[in-house]
Amino acid sequence: MSTDKVKMVDAPQGHVGQGFFATKLDSVVGLARANSLWPLPFATSCCGIEFMATMAANYDVARFGSERMSFSPRQADMLLVMGTISKKMAPILRQVYEQMAEPKWVIAVGACASSGGVFDTYSVLQGIDKVIPVDVYVPGCPPRPEQILDGILRLQEIVKSESVNRRGSEVYKELLNSYNIK
Amino acid sequence: MSELLLQPEERFAKEIEKRREFDGSELTILNLGPTHPATHGIFQNLLLMDGERIIDGEATVGYIHRAFEKIAEHRPFYQINVLTDRMNYCSSPINNMCWWMTVEKALNIEIPKRVQYLRVIVMELARIADHIVCSSVMGVDTGALTGFLYVFQYREKIYEIYEEICGARLTTNMGRIGGFEREWSDIVWKKINEFLEEFPPIWQEFENMLTRNRIFMDRTVGVGGISAERAISYGFTGPNLRAAGVDYDVRIMSPYSSYEDFEFEVPVGKNGDCYDRFCVRNAEIWESLKIIRQAIDKMPEGPYHADVPHYYLPPKEDVYTSMESLIYHFKIIMGEVPVPVTELYHPVEGGNGELGFYLITDGSRAPYRLHFRRPCFIYYQAFNEIVKGAMLSDAIATLSSLNVIAGELDA
Amino acid sequence: MNLDYTTIQNTLQNQFSNQVTDFVIIHEMLTFEVAADANFEVMSFLKNDPALRFNFLTDVCGVHFPDNDAVRQFCVVYHMHNWIDNVRIRFKCYLPVTNPAIQSVAALFLSANWQERETYDFFGIVFKGHPQLKRILNMDEMTVFPLRKEFPLEDGGRTDKDDRFFGRESSCV
Repeated sequence: MSTDKVKMVDAPQGHVGQGFFATKLDSVVGLARANSLWPLPFATSCCGIEFMATMAANYDVARFGSERMSFSPRQADMLLVMGTISKKMAPILRQVYEQMAEPKWVIAVGACASSGGVFDTYSVLQGIDKVIPVDVYVPGCPPRPEQILDGILRLQEIVKSESVNRRGSEVYKELLNSYNIK
Repeated sequence: MSELLLQPEERFAKEIEKRREFDGSELTILNLGPTHPATHGIFQNLLLMDGERIIDGEATVGYIHRAFEKIAEHRPFYQINVLTDRMNYCSSPINNMCWWMTVEKALNIEIPKRVQYLRVIVMELARIADHIVCSSVMGVDTGALTGFLYVFQYREKIYEIYEEICGARLTTNMGRIGGFEREWSDIVWKKINEFLEEFPPIWQEFENMLTRNRIFMDRTVGVGGISAERAISYGFTGPNLRAAGVDYDVRIMSPYSSYEDFEFEVPVGKNGDCYDRFCVRNAEIWESLKIIRQAIDKMPEGPYHADVPHYYLPPKEDVYTSMESLIYHFKIIMGEVPVPVTELYHPVEGGNGELGFYLITDGSRAPYRLHFRRPCFIYYQAFNEIVKGAMLSDAIATLSSLNVIAGELDA
Repeated sequence: MNLDYTTIQNTLQNQFSNQVTDFVIIHEMLTFEVAADANFEVMSFLKNDPALRFNFLTDVCGVHFPDNDAVRQFCVVYHMHNWIDNVRIRFKCYLPVTNPAIQSVAALFLSANWQERETYDFFGIVFKGHPQLKRILNMDEMTVFPLRKEFPLEDGGRTDKDDRFFGRESSCV
């Protein structure tokens, strides 16, 4: 089986020697994390159907490492919030976020998750960043599957360049405190 | 009956206590919560279980309540079309066309035959898309993931057809008061004809995989059944009611948009269980394909919109070059067009049953009251009764066979 | 077998005399008004009478008319459908603005259960005899009834909207 059709990711920058390769721990860990992000599809409405199309064979998010959709928060890396979050649902979203194990990232897919979307009403939460910290916002109503994949690729760039110590740093703790997340 | 007003956890706690005192057995509460892989959409069911059997349950909905009816009181007619997309988002063109037909009835506009036939084609494509989702997801919930991956490719083909017609894949926002925004290009007809050729063998393959499959039949035959009388009392319509043996179809009872010109059958089941619902939806796809073929063969010539300049938004090229179009455009957007004071109820056959819009106008550019008769909301009430005494895995199969779409449930 | 609107009107008026009024045909649907305390009897008659046979309750919803007199500000609208003769009708019951209450029809048609809960949730109309009258779509803790005309559409707590662009000068930025 020839390997020229398989795209390999580039190795991180480092020093190659006889039988060894020296690089930063951050780069290796970032590389491993970025290419195997297991999503938790938190699909609430129409964007969820576009995610089903992204998962299906045509746009195939599995080729970017998201092979296994984890519905259990403990086993997921990234929380894909797709669809409108109402105020009734917000505590549940928060609980799911808190149950996820570190490291975890959040992508807000669609206009409703990013900012409330078309629904500027009394019952809709105007953006999930009111309750949880968000890393990537994917606009669209609903975003095309290519846009959702673009969002995941941008998250991969963030993950690759993230420091291993980020989750224990003061800045991160302050971020969580601003959301009252323990 | 004030016990039913308690929170379900408290009501069940009392039941658990009673049972423990009675014979020492422990009942448990299971939260089939809003986020669950098998509930397609967010609605919650708190179940009181005796081991694997469900004794009682209580549904909590409203987790995606977006207050559509309130928004509709503040938006002009063209902006409400955007809202209707997002109700049953698996088959948005049906909702769009229902809204335009409601408005046209209120404004007493007559629609040319060609527009009616085009609308029929788009609505039947949407029905096929909706039933593809339901049937393939029924396969996924009982363990058969392959069918989902195969038939979703054909859903992509339907999306491409929508894109050629109106520009969007899922939330189509299709049409205008009086017709369509533009004449359908040759690419649309090419894609529809390709779809009509390529899809039937694939759908036959999907049906062959599951319809006589031993495992699938064991999971769905006799599971989640409801009798016809109970179903009518619960307000069931659509494939769920037809599976119980009642051949009520809005396209036949209250025909709209020239459905009376087409010959098609209404598939009906016997027992109202999950298997019958699955088979009825599959058979409806064949009927929809028949209707689309007839519509293409008999397509009349004519304009793609009614001649109602007071209500039909003119094409942008005309708005920038012609004075009358500019004035009409301004008047329509500002709401200075004559809107009669009236009320009406217009039903269509949606993917899940009778989707009706009850519109009360008061002469201004926004409705006074718009109520959506949403089939999912009405038949989901029966879920707890259907699964009483069943096992948990049967409840999952029943839920996916009922095709509850959260956007339509809560609105 | 053809059940026409005059027959329906005459049968109803013979049975209920002055409790059913204002018969009018709007967009080919017979619409009439029923006194609020007779809605259960009228619906039961429509369902069970061998000539009328309205076997399906299509829809239950509420409407708020703040400009009406105080005794007619809320309206509960019922749509029914006779599948055998294919006839649809609509009837309305007007309720006063203080303590609007009406008999629940959930005993006749099980589909009215959640629809009445939704009407209660949106308007605050109490359905007497309803087995489980609590909120369904909004949060349980909500104390107001959002679809009444005086309730605003948008959330009052937003801080990121500039009111000048929305035509509101009253609140400060």
